[in-house]
Amino acid sequence: MTLVIALGCSAALLLLGIASLAMRSFSGRSTLVYAGTFAVSLISLASSLAQLLFLSGVTPAVTLPVGLPWLGAHFRMDALSSLFLAILSWGGVSTSLFALGYGRHEPEPGRILPFFPLFLTGMSWVILADDAYVFLFAWELMSVTSWALVVSHHREEANLQAGHLYLIMAVFGGFTLLLAFGLLANSAGSYAFSAMRSAAFPSWTAGIVLLLATIGAGSKAGLFPLHVWLPQAHPAAPSHVSALMSGVMTKVAVYGFVRIVFDLLRPHSWESSLLLLFLGGVTAVLGVLYALMQHDLKRLLAYHTVENIGIIFIGLGLALAFATNQIPWAAALSLTAALFHTINHSLFKSLLFLGSGAVLAATGERDMGKMGGLIHRMPGTTIAFLLGSVAISALPPLNGFASEWLTFQAILVSPNLPQWALKFLIVAVGALLALSAALAAACFVKAFGMSFLGRPRSLHAAEAKETDRWSLSALFLNALLCLLAGLFPGSVVNALGPVVQELVGQTMPQQSQPFWTPMVPIAQHRSSYDAFLLFILIVLTGLAVTGLVRWIGFRPIRRSAAWDCGYPDPSPVTQYTTASFAQPIRRVYASSVFGARETVDMPLPGEARPARVTVKIHDPAWQGLYAPIIKLVWFLADRLNPMQFLTIRRYLLLGFLLLVFLLLLLSLWI
Amino acid sequence: MDLIQSSLIQAVQMILVLVLAPGLTGLVRKVKACLLGRQGPPIVQPYRDLLRLFRKSPVLAPNASWLFRIAPYLIFAFTWLATALVPTFCLGLPFGPWADLIAIIALIGSARFFLALSALDVGTSFGGIGASREVMIASLAEPAMLLVVFTLALVAGSTELSTITAFVLSPSVGLRVSMALSFAALLLIALAENSRLPIDNPATHLELTMVHEAMILEHSGRHLALLELAASLKLLLYFSLIGTIFLPWGLATPGASFSSYLAGGLFYLLKLATAGVTLGIFETTLAKMRLFRVPDFLGAALMLGLLATLLRFVSSSL
Repeated sequence: MTLVIALGCSAALLLLGIASLAMRSFSGRSTLVYAGTFAVSLISLASSLAQLLFLSGVTPAVTLPVGLPWLGAHFRMDALSSLFLAILSWGGVSTSLFALGYGRHEPEPGRILPFFPLFLTGMSWVILADDAYVFLFAWELMSVTSWALVVSHHREEANLQAGHLYLIMAVFGGFTLLLAFGLLANSAGSYAFSAMRSAAFPSWTAGIVLLLATIGAGSKAGLFPLHVWLPQAHPAAPSHVSALMSGVMTKVAVYGFVRIVFDLLRPHSWESSLLLLFLGGVTAVLGVLYALMQHDLKRLLAYHTVENIGIIFIGLGLALAFATNQIPWAAALSLTAALFHTINHSLFKSLLFLGSGAVLAATGERDMGKMGGLIHRMPGTTIAFLLGSVAISALPPLNGFASEWLTFQAILVSPNLPQWALKFLIVAVGALLALSAALAAACFVKAFGMSFLGRPRSLHAAEAKETDRWSLSALFLNALLCLLAGLFPGSVVNALGPVVQELVGQTMPQQSQPFWTPMVPIAQHRSSYDAFLLFILIVLTGLAVTGLVRWIGFRPIRRSAAWDCGYPDPSPVTQYTTASFAQPIRRVYASSVFGARETVDMPLPGEARPARVTVKIHDPAWQGLYAPIIKLVWFLADRLNPMQFLTIRRYLLLGFLLLVFLLLLLSLWI
Repeated sequence: MDLIQSSLIQAVQMILVLVLAPGLTGLVRKVKACLLGRQGPPIVQPYRDLLRLFRKSPVLAPNASWLFRIAPYLIFAFTWLATALVPTFCLGLPFGPWADLIAIIALIGSARFFLALSALDVGTSFGGIGASREVMIASLAEPAMLLVVFTLALVAGSTELSTITAFVLSPSVGLRVSMALSFAALLLIALAENSRLPIDNPATHLELTMVHEAMILEHSGRHLALLELAASLKLLLYFSLIGTIFLPWGLATPGASFSSYLAGGLFYLLKLATAGVTLGIFETTLAKMRLFRVPDFLGAALMLGLLATLLRFVSSSL
């Protein structure tokens, strides 16, 4: 029943997308499409939550007579699917609610409206698919519609470039997944997932499929070094689409990975977890270091997506390591941590991208160097964005900390592993995770401080207006969920139980139900964390101190010019900027990682020109991997260029030779 | 009965740390002054300063926002709560299971987050200097601290402070190289986290080199008092942490007699006084580092922590 509802919802979204084409001249179509998406997503959310929380005993499945004639289209909704469908549907609910207000600023709604519901449809089919054909079809639908949304503001050259890069990476990722499923189907004898689940794979197939899935899903999720398209494409789209791409689409990629590796393939060899842990750790730290170097708010957020995907993959790698070593309770802990962080990241990243959209609509700026002082002009957005910043910085009592804390707990049980390589790597990964958490806090001090605090750095920022009520309600709903998931992590862990049970055969210990009891991942004497009571105590302490201060002797506040060591400067230009704020961190980390170089151009005394500091940063992924590939492609293109101008005889000769070659190959093969 | 007793102990601990914290700061100042041949202010001077500051009205810049006004309360609450979770004179605090060592560090991280934000709020260049340097130092100190936690957790099999302390008190602990290394790392981290020499000079007030003082430059009146108190509490927290983990002697166990609680309290005072005097002597013998030497200093702490963790993996007896 729930599956039928979910499929009905995806079909309704498909129709909504198509219908928006027919309503070209209707002025209220923006509202209609977003309101429709909102309602349909809400139903989809209800059905997926019902399946996850109350009906996890039964797994509905249907086969529709469409698609390949001998296969049909298989759909299935197990606990894993229902969890990710819930994440997706919530993303649909909050972004369409935001877009009810935000969408009015759109100059060309016709370029967004048809694709926005279709994008959601594509993603929900990926999650519900139960055969390789539907999965890949939906995956490509998701890629194409999101590409169309990325290039919707097509008059900016940078957006088209971002779209081009995205398209190349999406095709590449889809191709690797195609190969992965080909290998799986070859051993299983069918494209249906049910056949793959019951098949036994030779270890080389399993190894290659895992590698291909890491590349295919990793390129969509933003795993280093396949992340290069993400920070260009995600910010290029309108902000509610950015929220959907960063908050939800990367999660669909995580889903694809988990589905292939943990469900279809099942954990095979511990060596593969080395790759995941290494990539996860490197991605987490590099993602946040890249983010610290940014001036563009949306691009900074996109790089943070890369960081958080790294954290999720650390959890998945740990789960794989423990599962292959037959330590299911630790695998359950790691997988719960990874899935919890997936939920959390989807919540706070949607929130932050929507917040950046509100700022963009109010000021017309994405450059943090031209913002400042928005806390006075946009109080509601500020509070929501602040909560999101605290959450993503992994600070208690919000949700980002709860899931990172669980990941740390999983790292600390690594001495139980028998392999030395894993033990050492996991310690290093733990250090990298700690580093990325500390740097993320630094980065959000910068992002929030530069955008919302201080004095306005431009006229637009000084005259910004608070965003509309629809957008604010979307922001606050996400912030509320961040707070709730942070205060009651035990309930989330319990809700994830069926999913984890399905994938690794065991769950974390059931967390005791009264909501004020601490979360205990392994045993009480080992570690526990109680966000709710900490939060209550912080609030009570704050109130008590306020009361005490009044009792000691209360004097009203006076306003006077800032002190600033006696030399306050009235010009807002003298404030710290994003570049100057990041300078100490750039000196410490980026000079080695990114080869960052600063050059100071200081005019001689008497010269009237301004002094100038230029910072050059090199991207190691681009220079080490992509630039050589691009060079090679150009080189080959140059070499093959003369092939365009051959006579017909030569073309025929070439065709003949190719045929002979292929026949030879075939005869040797058989 | 048990509940009443444990709540009473928690209350005593919370009030005790609050009462002792300014005195500790006063003690360090006094020791430093004596070593420099000055008479120095009396040890109770910080209490007088705080009381006076609490009674003064805060002066805010025209564009200071609500965040600037609530941040001192939040920072104080986070720091006080973290301090209340670290055992001082007895084990088995009822708040103990609320947060393990990782969460305590994160609570301090939350306090720092809001401190850095409130430094940026008025939009002065000194605030920016302080905040940007503070987050850089924290980005090195926090991972080092977590590696110390890893070592302790691997040695004791727990991140819960009371379990770790109970393990260190048990005869099975012996002499361990990994513990010694993490002790050294923790000392370095404590200096950096509390803005002490050689990282930052707590006595400076008008210099381009300041970090913590630059962040609280615009605060005044009761806001400044809360921030000063939070800074003193944080110093006390690190001393308590070192005392509880590495020198846990004299700590009363839950359900002990009144006299052993008293003895625990006296031991704690002794530990604090020793630590305060040592810090005073240490600070007078050192000059402040260049800011960009700080990564080397904290990198050493990071390496010590990593080495301790790895040693622990190589042999369970190290």
